[in-house]
Amino acid sequence: MSNSEHNELLSRVTRFIWGEAALLDAREYDAWLDLWQTEGMYIIPIEEAENYAEVLNLCYDNDKMRRDRIKRFQEGFSISSAPPAITVRTVSRFKIDALEGDTVVVSCAQHLVEDKFGRQRLWAANLRYTLTATDASFTLKEKVVRLLNSDGVLNSFSYLF
Amino acid sequence: MNQLIDAKDITLDTEKLVESDQIASSMYTDEALFDIEQDRIFRQTWVWVAHESEVPDKGSFKLSHVGREPVIVSRDRKRNLHVMLNRCRHRGATVCEIHKGKTSSFQCPYHGWGYGLDGSLRAIPHPEQYGESFDKAEYGLFALRTESYNGMIFATFNDDIEPLEEFLGAAKKWIDLFMKQGGGFPVKTMGEHQFSVPMNWKVQLENTTDAYHFPVVHKSFLKSLDGEAEETFTFLEGEGFVEDLGNGHSVMVMIPELVDLEDDLERKIPERFEALAEELRSEGYLDDQVRRIVRAVGGSGFNLNLFPNVACSMAFFRVLTPMAVNRTDIRHIAIGMDGGPAVANRMRLRLHEHFQGPMGFGSPDDAEVWERIQRGVDGGKELPILVNRGIDKEIRGEDGPRGHVSDETGMRAAYSMWKRMMQE
Repeated sequence: MSNSEHNELLSRVTRFIWGEAALLDAREYDAWLDLWQTEGMYIIPIEEAENYAEVLNLCYDNDKMRRDRIKRFQEGFSISSAPPAITVRTVSRFKIDALEGDTVVVSCAQHLVEDKFGRQRLWAANLRYTLTATDASFTLKEKVVRLLNSDGVLNSFSYLF
Repeated sequence: MNQLIDAKDITLDTEKLVESDQIASSMYTDEALFDIEQDRIFRQTWVWVAHESEVPDKGSFKLSHVGREPVIVSRDRKRNLHVMLNRCRHRGATVCEIHKGKTSSFQCPYHGWGYGLDGSLRAIPHPEQYGESFDKAEYGLFALRTESYNGMIFATFNDDIEPLEEFLGAAKKWIDLFMKQGGGFPVKTMGEHQFSVPMNWKVQLENTTDAYHFPVVHKSFLKSLDGEAEETFTFLEGEGFVEDLGNGHSVMVMIPELVDLEDDLERKIPERFEALAEELRSEGYLDDQVRRIVRAVGGSGFNLNLFPNVACSMAFFRVLTPMAVNRTDIRHIAIGMDGGPAVANRMRLRLHEHFQGPMGFGSPDDAEVWERIQRGVDGGKELPILVNRGIDKEIRGEDGPRGHVSDETGMRAAYSMWKRMMQE
């Protein structure tokens, strides 16, 4: 890949991930679900593993679990989601890790601040995206969120990373 | 031990703090009371520190707490278990900051004092300045009395209390029933969710024996289940009960047909476990083994609440650590079958993630209401917290008073133990 091709790809994936971040902060979850491939996996691990299916995670969502999770957020029966904490996140330090055919692996950093009950909490994470290129943009094949303190004592979350 | 204020000298009006049907708001908010609880409860009774599968081998260790006090749980070369304070005897630094692992010794980072897996002081750099009167045998890591029952390791600072098995008493048979979740294999831990909640520890202690909240707080979880599973978890109209087991322990039976997981294995396999059963059959497991494993994967139909800090809760261990009067750390430890079929353990992991932990469909709603309690009791310090539900309808159970599944019998059991210990 030439320099300009690399920069062009980096710019496209950055726009996609910024767009996804904006959807999550705005809690536009139906639009977020549409970004996914049906077989895609949304994973928030506790510890590094070769195969996250074999270990306990904070979240290991296939299509059904993603939809159930969003439904739970939206239906109003979950006290922690009614209302949820509000969030502002920034995503940066984008790096293309691999490119093969129409599949691109991107890693980046995320800082998220949540606010509820008049208190703010700060969460930092390394994100790794596996994206499939489409004509216009990308679809999500896998998103792995590694919270810095994923194996420590956390709080409960009423939003998505 | 030299203390400027000795908790033993403080007189408490426990009659006002804990009545038979209510407790005072200050039980959740009084910092001085919290400090006394550390001395009179967490230092005086058996406190759960680990499951044996967390320290499986010679040299295995893990960090834990007894009350607020940091401890190391280790297994020495003779396979004996030790629980000791994570604190160098020289100047007080922690000697280990790794959650779990394997080692041959613990070394203080400050001046290099080295301790064995049993806590004994092995070596100190430049010992000559200590003179001949210095006896290394007196300066091992502070050891706690350690005993275990059916894989559950407990420790205590108190050398005078009864043996662990006596303390557990009627709870022992429920621990045995709970461990049938091994499905014919030994039970092993499979990781844990940890989260901190701004609440007093007793709010958590109560909650494990509170079925009344389930259909309200966990409605969004119930709605994410299939109809059959939703019916299983709709237990307030069923034949369940809560029973006081003595010493502050209690059991809350929510799904009576899942008390003994080996009972009536011929029963129809629930729909959500059919794919698992099919896969086990295709792996060559015989029908009775398939039924036993599938039943085990679904978990037990009861919560066993052990005073003061651990519960065997349906399909996992729930552990509380009292960090401050208004802060409690919670661990939800996943369990599975040691050597059991991978597909069954995978399903257990997914079921655990579904309800438990910071991103579960259940725990965040629990955490929210617990925090709301701590926020609410900032007002109205003269108003009591009610624990009177079902108090006039209790009958005599096998081991103690028994109430309806949604009654507060288990909370009353815990508070009567709290009162007994705080008076001593």
